[in-house]
Amino acid sequence: MKAAAFAYARAKSIDDALRLLAAYGDGAKVLSGGQSLMPAMNLRLISPDLVVDIGGIAELRGIAVEGDVLRIGALTRHVDLLRSPDIAINAPLLAEAVEHVAHPAIRNRGTLGGSLAHADPAAELPACMLAMDAVIVLRGEGGERRIAAFDFFKGIFQTAMSANELLVAIELPIARKNTAYFFHEFARRHGDYAIAGLAAQAVVESGVFTDLRLAFFAVSDRPVLAGVSNGLVKTPVTPALVAKACTALGLELDPQDDQQASGEMRRHLARVLLARGIAVLLGQPELASRAA
Amino acid sequence: MIAAIPISLEVNGEHVDELVLPRLNLADFLREHLHLTGTHVGCEHGVCGACTVRVNDEIVRACLMLAVQADGGSVQTIEGLSDSGEIDDLQQAFRDRNALQCGYCTPGMLMAAQDVLKQHAEPSREQIREHLSGNYCRCTGYQAIIDAVETTARLRRERAP
Repeated sequence: MKAAAFAYARAKSIDDALRLLAAYGDGAKVLSGGQSLMPAMNLRLISPDLVVDIGGIAELRGIAVEGDVLRIGALTRHVDLLRSPDIAINAPLLAEAVEHVAHPAIRNRGTLGGSLAHADPAAELPACMLAMDAVIVLRGEGGERRIAAFDFFKGIFQTAMSANELLVAIELPIARKNTAYFFHEFARRHGDYAIAGLAAQAVVESGVFTDLRLAFFAVSDRPVLAGVSNGLVKTPVTPALVAKACTALGLELDPQDDQQASGEMRRHLARVLLARGIAVLLGQPELASRAA
Repeated sequence: MIAAIPISLEVNGEHVDELVLPRLNLADFLREHLHLTGTHVGCEHGVCGACTVRVNDEIVRACLMLAVQADGGSVQTIEGLSDSGEIDDLQQAFRDRNALQCGYCTPGMLMAAQDVLKQHAEPSREQIREHLSGNYCRCTGYQAIIDAVETTARLRRERAP
């Protein structure tokens, strides 16, 4: 179908965009890369009165290392993440995850900020933000607000952002020498939304996790930071411990049935991902096979 | 009443000034305003790839971009690539290998195929497959398309000085 009629405004600056959003409230939608908004408008799932195009706002662009923080502008496209040496060095999990996002033509337009603000529970990048302990930077007419990724995602297409705020950037702690990462998803076809996925980042010292963040996606109404990581840190990880964590994960998650997979299938896939993830993060392949 | 918006852009090397409604997507703009009907419209929500065009030298879904967003940009369609001779060899390889049947996906497929060939001089079948994974073909079963792209890559390498 074609999108219903809407008015269009090209914001010249962040302040300009905020003024437009304040004036139109819920009737306005922010257009970034448009790779989720345009399908939703074409399918007439949403029909905004006003589309505020932020695509030309230079202050929303750029990737910069500032001390031990990597700051990524909201308009950074998926393809920019793939090509950036700063991302490859300081946030390798993100670089790997982006390869699983849709297809080249979509990655040439879709943006990081757009994906996070859209908050699809099956999307890769929101889970990465949880795994990397990102801070989401929002701007409203009252000023800037920073919120941990963990507190940002509230449900299916729901975030802690209000209708008159703009997501301007994200900040990531840069990866350290002993940071390990894992990303994998199960999907029907490459580029499709995941049936179940895991974005994980860990700090490993002498073969032991000193920090472990396991962000599962497509298994709930938002990305989930699994609590089973607590039982795996600061202790030698054995096949028995992995098996125990997999059982606990099955109890912790409560995935829904849909046309792609049953909740039980998703739970199973999440357990498989956990065992594989731990094995890869610790560099001990035998952990995955013996736990399963 | 929503006002039409003036846009200026380059399409296949020619300057274009038009007035468009905000809701008009780039695919419909190319087809209905400029009569460049080589860009096909399939699913209209970014899944099938039939509407793939180049904007500022990168492939995009023309159904997922508003015409107003192309203001100031440079668009190349299958007509542009075809007329310039840029993909003569690729088109010949598609014909030779029967990599098309009904032709509906072909313009988008050629845009995506030329994109992978520009990025990789020696793409593996897996790389070709991954790059074309956003373009649906309901006739060929894809193997012939992969063959044609692979053959074109090999012939271009052999021709290269």
